[in-house]
Order: sequence, then C-alpha cells, then structure tokens
Amino acid sequence: MKESAQPVGTSIFDEIRKRAESHWENLWNDQKPVILVGTATCGRAAGALDVLQAVKEVVKNRNLECGIFEVGCLGHCYAEPLVIIRKPGYPSICYGHVTPVLAENLVANLILNNDPSLEFVLGALEANDLVPSFSDFPRAQYEKRIILRNCGRISPDEIEHYIAQGGYLSLVKALRMKPEEIVEEIKRSKLRGLGGAGFPAGEKWEVCRQSKGEPKYLICNGDEGDPGAFMDRAILESDPHSVLEGMIIAGHAIGARHGYIYVRAEYPLAVQKVQNAIRQAAELKFLGQNILGSDFSFDITLFQGSGAFVCGEATAMIASIEGKPGIPRHRPPRLATKGLFGKPTVLNNVKTLAYVPHIVKNGVEWFSQIGTEKSKGTAVFALAGKVVNTGLVEVPMGTTLRQLIFQVGGGITKGKRFKAVQIGGPSGGCLPEEALDIPIDFDSLQERGAMMGSGGMVVLDEDDCMVEMARYFLDFTQKESCGKCTLCRLGTKQMLDILEDITKGRGEMEDLETLEELAEDIKTGSLCGLGRTAPNPVLTTLKYFRDEYKAHIKERRCPALMCQSLMAYYILPEKCARGCDACVGTCTVEAISTDKKRRIKVIDQEKCVKCNTCMAACPPQYNAVVKLSPPDQVPKPK
Amino acid sequence: MSSEEADIRDKMKGILEKVGNKRENLIPILQQIQEEFGYLLPDAMLEVARFLNIPEIDVYSVATFYNQFRLTPPGKHSVRVCMGTACHVKGGHITLAAWQRRLKIESGQTTPDREFDLDTVACVGCCAMAPVTVVDKKVQAKADPTRVDGILLQFQLQKEKEDKVTN
Repeated sequence: MKESAQPVGTSIFDEIRKRAESHWENLWNDQKPVILVGTATCGRAAGALDVLQAVKEVVKNRNLECGIFEVGCLGHCYAEPLVIIRKPGYPSICYGHVTPVLAENLVANLILNNDPSLEFVLGALEANDLVPSFSDFPRAQYEKRIILRNCGRISPDEIEHYIAQGGYLSLVKALRMKPEEIVEEIKRSKLRGLGGAGFPAGEKWEVCRQSKGEPKYLICNGDEGDPGAFMDRAILESDPHSVLEGMIIAGHAIGARHGYIYVRAEYPLAVQKVQNAIRQAAELKFLGQNILGSDFSFDITLFQGSGAFVCGEATAMIASIEGKPGIPRHRPPRLATKGLFGKPTVLNNVKTLAYVPHIVKNGVEWFSQIGTEKSKGTAVFALAGKVVNTGLVEVPMGTTLRQLIFQVGGGITKGKRFKAVQIGGPSGGCLPEEALDIPIDFDSLQERGAMMGSGGMVVLDEDDCMVEMARYFLDFTQKESCGKCTLCRLGTKQMLDILEDITKGRGEMEDLETLEELAEDIKTGSLCGLGRTAPNPVLTTLKYFRDEYKAHIKERRCPALMCQSLMAYYILPEKCARGCDACVGTCTVEAISTDKKRRIKVIDQEKCVKCNTCMAACPPQYNAVVKLSPPDQVPKPK
Repeated sequence: MSSEEADIRDKMKGILEKVGNKRENLIPILQQIQEEFGYLLPDAMLEVARFLNIPEIDVYSVATFYNQFRLTPPGKHSVRVCMGTACHVKGGHITLAAWQRRLKIESGQTTPDREFDLDTVACVGCCAMAPVTVVDKKVQAKADPTRVDGILLQFQLQKEKEDKVTN
C-alpha cells in the first residue's frame, strides 16, 4: 500500500463535519424545544413506542414547534420508558416511568406552561440549579462513560449526530497514520478483548497484519449469546457508528478489505440500526472504495446469527459465516493466520472495536491511566436480576463488586439480602458475599472461578436457589453444546441429570463428588470455550454454597424455597383476612377455595401449580401466603 | 400446479434472484425463506440445495443446527418465552408453564387451530424488564401468569370483534 503524501480526506471530512455540527447546533441551541424518546429494546418493552406516539400527537395537536428524536439506551433501564425534554432556558430534563398520558402532560406542562413537573423528574443531563442532574447521583462517582458516552443522547439513525460529537474524527486521524503505527498504538495501550476472554487485541492485529494471504478479513462479534447480557445490544442499538468507526480503523490497521458484523437474529432492532448505519456511512464515503479519498477501501457486511450460542466462539462464528453449522474447530492454526475462508482474520467484540476510536483519538497515555495494572480501560456491565437499578453501567476496571451492586445498582430489591452475583453467564460463576470486595478485572474474576464473560451480571438474593441456578446453566449449555466433543455432549447431560435429581429431592451425597469429577473431565476434554467453561457455574456453587446442596440431598429441603418439587404454598389461617378473596380470583388454576366452616382460604395442594400468583396477590397488610419446604410442612387438612 | 405451489415458486424465485449462488449465502437465504413463509418448507430447502449446488443434507444440517429455523408451519401469533438468566430468577419458567397450561401445548408446538405457536428463546436482552415474553415480535415486559391471561384475553376479544365484522 503506498503512503499518502497529502493529509487524507481533510477537506472532504471538514465539510461533512461542519454540516453535521451546524445541524446539531440548530437542533440544540435554537429557540425550538427538543424531545428525545428512548426507543431501544428495553424502552420498547416498557411501552416507549406508545409514548412516542403520544408525544407526536400532543406536539401536532397543540401546534408546538419542536424536534422529536428517537434515541437509544441511557442505561437507566429500571426507569423505562424515558423521555428527555429540553426547552431553551431549561436544562435537558429526563423523566422516568413515562406513560402515554403522562408524556402528553409533561410536554404540555414544560413547553406551554414552563412547569418542569418536578415530581416525575429522574434527572437532568447537565448540572444546573433547577433539578438534580445525573452527575449528582451517588452512582456518578463510580461511573465512567467512554463507550456508552453517546448512548441515549444521540439519535442512532442520524450519522450527523455522531459526527457532531466528534465521531469519525479518529478515522481521519487513523487514515493519516501508517497501519503499523495503529497496530503499535493498540498494542501499547494493552487493550484486551472485551468479549470476555481478555486476549490482547493488539497482538491479534499484529499477527494478522504480518500474516501472508489475501484478502484479510475483520469480524465484529455481536453474537451476544450469554443469557443475562445486553451490553452489545444496547451499543449497537444506541450508537452503531462508534462500532463501525472502530471496524474501519481496525480494517485499515490489519490490511483487511472486507469486514463482517455478526449480530444475533434475536436482536432485530440492532440489526436494523446497524444496517441503516452502514448505509449512511457508505453514503458519506466512510465505507467503500477509497475511503475519504485515501487509497484504503473497506466494506462491511451485516451477517445475522441464527440463534446458536456456540457461534459466539470465534471458529464457530467463522463456520457460520461460511454457511455451515456453527461447530468450532481446533486451534491452532490461529484465526490471525488462517480464519474466514482460510484467510488471515481478526475477530473482536463490539465493545473492543467501539474502544478503538477513543484510543486513536486520545492516545495510549490517556487509556493507560484508566483501570488496573493488567486490565486497562473500563468495563460495561449489564446489571439485572434482584438489583434496584437494573440497566447498563460502565465503570473503570478495578471497581469492586460491592460498589457496582450497592452504590451504582442501588442494592437489592424489596430490602432482601444479597446472596450471590452471577457473572459471565453460562461460562462464569456465582460469587458469594465474601467476594464482593475484590476489584473486578479479567484476572481477579478468573482466580475466583468466574470470568468477566461479556459482562452480564445477574444479582441473586435470598430467594434464589444456587442448586437451581447451577441446573439452569447446565440445562442451557447442555442444549447449546454443538455435539462435537464427547465429554461436552454427554458429560453436560450427565451433570444436568444429577442436578435435576438433586433439585427434585432425589439426590445422594456421592453425587457431589461425581459432579466435581465430571466437571474436571469436561473442562479437560472439550475443544472450545463452551465446554471448557460449562462446568463453572456448578463448580463455583459447589465451592461457595455447598450447604445448599446438602440441604437438598439430606433434608429434601430447598433453603431458598425455589425448587418447585421441594416446596409448597400455604395460607396461614391466622393471617388470612376473612372477607378478602384476592387470591381466589387470581389463582390461575382455581386451586384456592373458601373453607366455609373456618371462613378462610385454603389451597388445594393437588391442584396447585406453584405459579406464585396468590403470593403476589395477597395484600401486603395480610401477607398470609407463605412458602414451606419440604412440602410436608403444610398441615394436613382436617 | 396449484395456485399455492405457483405462489411458492414465485416467491422463491424472488428470493433467489437477489442473491449469488455462493455457499456462504445459505444462512441468509434460509432466513429470508423463513421470513417469507414463516418456516422452511421442504420443497424450498430442496430448491436452495439445487441453487447453491450443494448436497441436500447440507441444507438440512444447517436448518436443524440453528435454533432460529423451524420446519413446521407457525401459528398466526407467535409466543416466545425468554429463558434468560434474569428472566429465570424472576420466574421465566413459571411464565412458560402458564403459557403451556393456557394454550394446552408444549414448547415447540402449534395449537390445533393454528392460532398460536409457543417456543422458548435463550435471551432477548431485555433483562431489566424480566420476565419477558415476545408476542408477535413485541416484547412484553414483566410477563407473569396474570399478564399471560391478559394477553390471551386481548387476542380473544380482538378475534371476537373480527368474527363479528365478517359475519
């Protein structure tokens, strides 16, 4: 590749940038108010599209002059749907839990009557004297938004929004650098693969760059298959251009002509946003022949995954793109020498690639200051489960689990007690309270038997049974095992059978040793990451929560009252209110009737399907429905 | 040839015309067929094998390897219960049991009247809204057993309304 004598693309890009910036300025500094509605998948699940419709209608009916934009995910998923209203003279105010009716009122109140409806405010985007801003939240001191910087603040459908935030500037800078220089920068930055394994990205790039064989390929792994993780989805839905920019720079650095972005079919909205983003980038010549007038050409193809967890594994993903079943192959040869179609290939996660523009722009020194000695930068986590503030968070590596769950996440829901946190999905493990003070990075988590994984973090409380969690993950990996390696195919099935027996009260104490033996065998005898890590949930729960296994086996009792075969619902006669029949009406199988003599409600244990509806329906002032384990604790009807 | 067969042939032609006959197009082609017909028809798979010039078994092995593809006709409404971790700890399995009980079918089946098909999905990434069920591509948040009944009631009312109009 010949070197460009003239600064590449400066004039073309400057013009694009000027246009984008004035577009953005017009939007935000004009006299017109702006309304943003968060319509990423989380928001839509909570009803954001109805809210958007209501906003559009009120704007039309009241003849309001204002811009309405759909934005992605701010990370405050617990408060979805979110609406941000910005009126000149006021800060940008974000409202949470918005319903269509509320949306109409909020818009009319602020824009027509100058009433910011303080009681519905979640926070303001920027510091101000009127309402508390997000930066005043206690969580703000732990958060550091780098790859989530734009998420929820710009429209993912408009490339101008991204450019106005400094987007694609790194691409211009990178095009002026020699590819080797970029590889060197990424190597020096010690950026590690944020997909979970933490392999140094720069090393992959270097090997691929130096490998013989043309054409070379770049693949972006957006096959976020871990149940409980949604970081990549949110980034692709909210700020797809940041990933594309990272891909183009990476393509330039490794000498690839063609890139693939592999997105799961279960993420239809992400697919749509990425498709649109690729089209826009090509229109502005950030993709295609001679990008921004340089001699570098690069295309990106979107490939939709088809619902196979194992395809998140690099060699399986390649088989999938080649049109074959996603079955992993032995490595070496490494992908960087022999990958897609047998050619040198680099495969990086969405977040790793989204980081690239930031490192190119701000330099290695900037990046090195964030994070821990061996894990640099930030980590994005998807907080879910029994935590108050479910959603997306980005924190520097080295933040402790306690800070993340209790300060950022706001603690456990319903005032329950923390029991464990499940990190890294089916490949990860469950860590107990004792582990809460370890600083999170790639290595510290692995030492404890868990792993960073892609960043899914499911918080478990006293109501969650650890044996059941282990069974759940084994059920998942057993179904998702591609079947190539005997130990993974049959061993996980054996482990699952044993765990199922234990959760049904048919376990024996010897089973625990068999589980541990099988776990070690599967780890040794499997080719890919799926099999090698599949036993982790079982091993960590056996290590940290062995007593729960023992209670299931010896006492046929589930201490968390979760395993359905080992518990029953019971209505405490002394607490049951005589005239109330909330439970009778809601019971989905008509298993609750009134005992006429005693004038209380009674559950027919034969009919009961243990769906928990009566417990949820019983008014809190009575709290008469309880769970008992083992089921023979329920007094026999007289 | 019946009109239905002719229709399938036309649609297949439309799909295959737009793509090249390279092996790597197999999965995108199958995805488009499923998008068009709701499932992978045996005849369509045979035609794809001919088009790509690969053994029929290769098409079948891909179609059965990936969870996304279905080989039986879907119902009018699709119900996908999320089995992700967050949904599981918030009672996803209870939600699934409720759907099975109400629709009287197992996961992977279609109701005899072809109104609903029920399946599970590994994770739709809406973990903050758990437990979720995706009904006709729309994610329903906090879908517990009572919500299941609510959704079904909505469909029932809608159907009664439609029946009234047609009668």
